[in-house]
Parts: sequence; structure tokens; C-alpha cells
Amino acid sequence: MTHAADVSETIRARVFPFPKRHFVSAADLDPPDVVALLDLADAFVELNRQTSKKLDLLKGRTVVNLFFENSTRTQSSFELAGKRLGADVVNMSPRSSSMTKGETLIDTAVTLNAMKPDLLVVRHSASGASALLAQKVSCSVINAGDGWHEHPTQALLDMLSIRRAFGRAEGLRVAICGDVLHSRVARSNVALLNLMGAEVRLVGPPTLMPADADRWGTEVFHDMREGIAGANVVMMLRLQLERMDGAFVPSMREYFRFWGLDAEKLAHAAQGAKVMHPGPMNRGVEIDSDVADDLDVSLIQDQVEMGVAARMAVLATLAARLENDR
Amino acid sequence: MSAPRNGPPIAFVSARLVDPESGYDGPGSLVVRDGVIADVQKRPDLERGSAQMRVIDCSGAVLAPGLIDLRVKTGEPGNEPKETLKSASRAAAAGGVTSIVVQPDTHPPVDEPAVVDFILRRARDIELVHVYPAGAATRGCQGEQLAEIGLMAEAGAVYFTDVDTPIVNSKVMRRVLSYAGGFNALVSHRPADPWLSAGACATEGELAARLGLPAVTAAAEKIMLERDLALVELTGTAFLVDQISTAESLECLRRAKDKGLDVSASCSINHLCFNEIDIGDYRTFYRLDPPLRPERDRAALVEALAEGLIDVVVSAHAPAPAEDKRRPFSEAAPGAVGLETLLPALLSLHHDAGLSLIDVLRAVTLMPAELLGLQAGRLSPGAPADLVLVDIEAPVIVDADKLMSKSKNSPFDGRRLQGQVLMTVVDGRIVHQAQQ
Repeated sequence: MTHAADVSETIRARVFPFPKRHFVSAADLDPPDVVALLDLADAFVELNRQTSKKLDLLKGRTVVNLFFENSTRTQSSFELAGKRLGADVVNMSPRSSSMTKGETLIDTAVTLNAMKPDLLVVRHSASGASALLAQKVSCSVINAGDGWHEHPTQALLDMLSIRRAFGRAEGLRVAICGDVLHSRVARSNVALLNLMGAEVRLVGPPTLMPADADRWGTEVFHDMREGIAGANVVMMLRLQLERMDGAFVPSMREYFRFWGLDAEKLAHAAQGAKVMHPGPMNRGVEIDSDVADDLDVSLIQDQVEMGVAARMAVLATLAARLENDR
Repeated sequence: MSAPRNGPPIAFVSARLVDPESGYDGPGSLVVRDGVIADVQKRPDLERGSAQMRVIDCSGAVLAPGLIDLRVKTGEPGNEPKETLKSASRAAAAGGVTSIVVQPDTHPPVDEPAVVDFILRRARDIELVHVYPAGAATRGCQGEQLAEIGLMAEAGAVYFTDVDTPIVNSKVMRRVLSYAGGFNALVSHRPADPWLSAGACATEGELAARLGLPAVTAAAEKIMLERDLALVELTGTAFLVDQISTAESLECLRRAKDKGLDVSASCSINHLCFNEIDIGDYRTFYRLDPPLRPERDRAALVEALAEGLIDVVVSAHAPAPAEDKRRPFSEAAPGAVGLETLLPALLSLHHDAGLSLIDVLRAVTLMPAELLGLQAGRLSPGAPADLVLVDIEAPVIVDADKLMSKSKNSPFDGRRLQGQVLMTVVDGRIVHQAQQ
């Protein structure tokens, strides 16, 4: 066990000013920054496992969680991350208030900006919403999911989980399975995994695969057994239930039969393969409980833990850059 | 496995073998053993016979692969008085048809694996001809939600179609093609613009105008076909144009094939044999869907069949009981039975229109077999012993009342054709033999 003082020293030593003002896209990252973020996040994992989890790196800073779309886990993950770093955290869900009164996204941004937050965490149902906000506010913007486009902190926490399980991402075969078409998690993960040298495969029915997905530097499979053959990591995506009733997929049972991950299909993956899922899971649809709850193969609980640490790393490095800008 | 039920080996001697796969049309003999073709010899007498063999002297009659009919409607499940799987199987056997693909627009529709299982189980019990179910492309053939294509394909559905109901929504059609493509499944669609063709029972033109019948422009087929072909190009899925019927559509088809798309086309025997004039005095047995076309379209279809642009000929067997046909023309049910007249009607194209025997037979044997990935449809050792023995010259007068089909709506009723089926063999079993 490391001492509390040692961990906080390690953290202070590893915090670096993030090279960009905003954190909106995994595709914008560079490998050395990713490695530095992961190293820092590793230290935050240590911190989070202690009784005293609180630091003052963000003391005096205001973090606003601006969630236009409902989210329990991402929002609470960011909230915990901010609070453990000593920031004041405010949660806002404009969906229920001003937006319904006709205020535009830009109006909301301008209003918020006047309250002088330091870090703005944004989730919105429209692709590109975070990038648009980033142009209009003077604080740092963190993309917590914009439409089908990106969810970069998810990719970072997934990378952290993979690195902790395998020691590296380079050379691993990662199969991302399910509703790739509507998935921001998939897009961010493809970008980050490619960046870090993993071999990425996409698996799913053709109706849930973007038309040119094979040009993302990935190989596309419609047969799941072929797609996850030899994979070290099988990353399942959530399938929205309303997409399963005949529009994109005929039925839940057909989806589970061909693209649901169960022990039989998982047997085609590599020896020692790990299973991931960004949550929340549809058990019996995209993943069988036998697999999801098998602690020998499932990283799903780890992912939630890594989520807080990875987000602390992002908040801390963006805040460090704000210091420099001053 | 049960005991061998195939009986002793059968030797067909002194036959005229017609095999679309090898292109052979000439004297020969053929041995059937254990349900498969064991030997094919290009000489009338068998080189190595054996005492246990049952020898059938064909006396020069044509021995060809049994017919494979890709488009057969029955009333089972749900509308059994019209036609059952058993009555349709009997009609098929009598017509030299050894495999039928039954359509999914039943009650309940074939849109989930349990109904596929039901049909296969019924067919196994009937044990006459091979019955393959086609599955619905969309749930209930409603054109809105995907049917369980993957599960049905696993259960044994051979292709996917909404039968007579066009899939209007292009987004749904794209998803059907795209999704089915993931299973390497074949999708079939009958092209008809739904708004142009709504309520029509004849083809727009001078004749329909004079008869005062609601009519559809031939362009309705071409419009939908062009859409389908654009989506096929986008998705790359194997596609069967169901019952192509106009000269203009044939041009679209030719362009698509020249481009290298995975497209095939079927044509109904009715549209090869009749034209709109046959409607004559509002005879409802000629009320078909698609409606009968002018003579220039019919002639173009025959030519397209001869050159192989049309891949497959189907009976488009659509039983309709008398009460549905004895109505004013525009109110009568569309469709005609055709399993028992398919072969003699096809032979009329050989006798009268000058098509070679092997070309007309290819469209009902080898080509449909290739589309479905079946080993049948050819006279080669190892292939299933699905055979038809036919006297292609024998004159027949079609008598609808004598058809095996439960419904008697045959447009060929009273017609003089040539070609009598002498024997039909399925998996080495004789399932039909002509009365002498």
C-alpha cells in the first residue's frame, strides 16, 4: 500500500498542462499525451482506493455539468471527479428548463459563460454540439458525448482499463460489437485504439454499420464468430431498445442469437480475452449475464472505477493549462 | 435414420436426356440409386446393368431434371379451402415439378422461424415433392419492420419476399437488402409503383380504355425496378426481380446485369404465353398480377428468355376458388393456378416460338437451383434423383376440372398444348405416373 502523501505527490508530479484548451475529440489526441493522461489516471486510481480521496488541485475552480441528455453514470462520474479534486460542481439539465422555453444552445452558452465557470462538461444529443460550444465560451469544454459523434473520456477510460489488464494496447485485437452506427463510444474508441496501435474490428448487422466503416482503419464483420475470432478484447455496445423492433434489427431474440455475446461466442476470442461494455447493459440482448458477471473475463466493473480516475486526469490537466493561460 | 425407403435402383433406358448443366441433349440412360443419380450414360442401353434394377424403357421420351418452381402460393396455413400444401404438392408432382418454393403471405405469415418449421414439417409428412418456404422480408409482409430474416434463414427459408405487396418505403427496402446481405440471403421483390398501380386490373392502353377497365401504366414497373436496382447497387445484396413483365423493365435489367450487379429475374409462364387481348370478354382467369401486357411486351419477354436475360420462369401458381373469380373483372381475385400446366406451356415456346428445348428447361431447372444453391436441377452423378419423364410431342387438352389443385382457375383451360408428363421422380421415389 502506498501512503496517502506519496500518492498525492505522485499525482502532482504527473499533472501536466493539457496541450489544448478543450477536450472534445479522441481523434485530436497525440500518443504521448494519452500515455501521460493514463499514467496520471493510474495514480488517481490509487487515490480513489484510499479512505481520503480528496485533493485541492481544482480548489476555487467551478465545474459545470451541462447535460442536455439524461445520464446517470457519466454525470455522477464527472461530479465525483470534480469534487475529489476540490472543485465546486454544479449540475444543470437545461432540457427541463430554458431550452424548452426556446433558448438556443448558443444562448445557453453565453448565459453560462457570464457565470464564469472554469470547466464545462457537456453532453448533447446533436453531433458537433460540444465543438460549437467550445467556440462560444471562454472556459474549457469537455465533451461528455455529442450525438453519434464522440465520447472521448469513455475512450480514455476504456484505454485505461485495457492498459491495466494487458499492460499495453499496442498489438491487441479489439472487436467492437453491436450498434456502431449510432455509437459515439465506438467512434471515439476506434480513433484512440488506432492511435495507440491496436487492431480494431467492427462487428454487427449491416443495418447498424456506417456505410464506410471499413475506411476507418478497421475491418468490418457481420458474422460475430468470425469478427471476434482471436480478439483480446470484446467491447460490446449498448443497443437502444427502440432500434430493435424491426427498424434496424428484426427482434431482440434474433439480435441476441447472432450478435449477443454469450460464452459460446466468446469461446472464439483469444485465450484470456476480456469483455467490456460502456453500460448500461441490456442483459439478454447484447450480452448474456453469464459473461457480464464473470469476473475472470469481465472488465465492466473496472470500467466504472476507471471512469472517475480518467475524468480526474482530464479535469486536472485542463485546469493546469488554465493556470498557464493566466 | 430410418431404413432406406428408396427401394431398388431404377434404370431409365432409351431416354432422350436433356441436361442444362452439361448442355447435353441426346440419347442416353440413367441410373438412380439411394435417392441420387448414380450414373449417366450417353447411350440408350445401359453398359452395366444388374439384375436387381428396375428397368424403365423410356422409348425416346425426354428425361430431364425435375422442375423447380420458385413462386407457388398455397392457402396453408390459414386458407386451406383454396389450396393445401398437400394438394399443391400433388399438382406439382403431376406437372413434373419436383421442388416448389411456397410464398410467405399466408395466415399467419411466414415471418418467423416457427412458421418455417411448420411448413417443413408438413412437407416432410406429405413426402411428395420438395417444399421450400420463402420467408417474409418484413413483418406480416407489411413493408414496415424487418422480419426475422436471420432466424428464418437458419430454419430453412430459401429467400425473402413480401410477395405481391411492394415494399414502398425505400428506407425499409434498403434495410431489408442490407440486413439480408449480412446473411448472404437472396431478396426477391416484385416491382410496382403502389400509387400508379392502385386499383388497376389491366395495362394502360387502347384495349383497357375500350374495355373501361382501371389500368396501370407499364412505367409503374420500371419506376420501382429502377429504385430497387439503385438500392441493390448500394448494398450489393443478391436480388431476384419477381415476375418482370414489360419490355422497358428488361432494358433496366440488362443495364444492371451489364454493370455486374448480382441481379436475376423471373418471368411468369402466363406473361410468356398470353397478352392483354386474351382478357377478351372480361375473362377473369386472365386477371393477373402483374396484369397481362400488350403483344410487344410478351414478344420481348420470350426473346429475353431465349437469350438468357430472364433467368427463371415461374408458374406464379395462385389458387383462387370459384367464388373469388366469378365476379366482375375488376373485382375478381388476381392470379392463376399453373403448377400442372407449367411444363406443357413452356414446351409450347419450344414447339411454336422456336426456343431450344434445353434453353426453356434451363429456366425451370438449373437456374432456379443455382439461385437457391440446390444440388438439384441437373443430370449429374451425385445430384438428387429429381426427374421428369415427358413425352414432349403428345397433345393434351387442358381440362381445369381434372387439375389436382383445389382451385381450378387456369387460364389454359381448354387450350391445346403438347407435352405429357409420364413420370415424376423425387429423391428416387416415383411420385407421379401417367395413367395409360
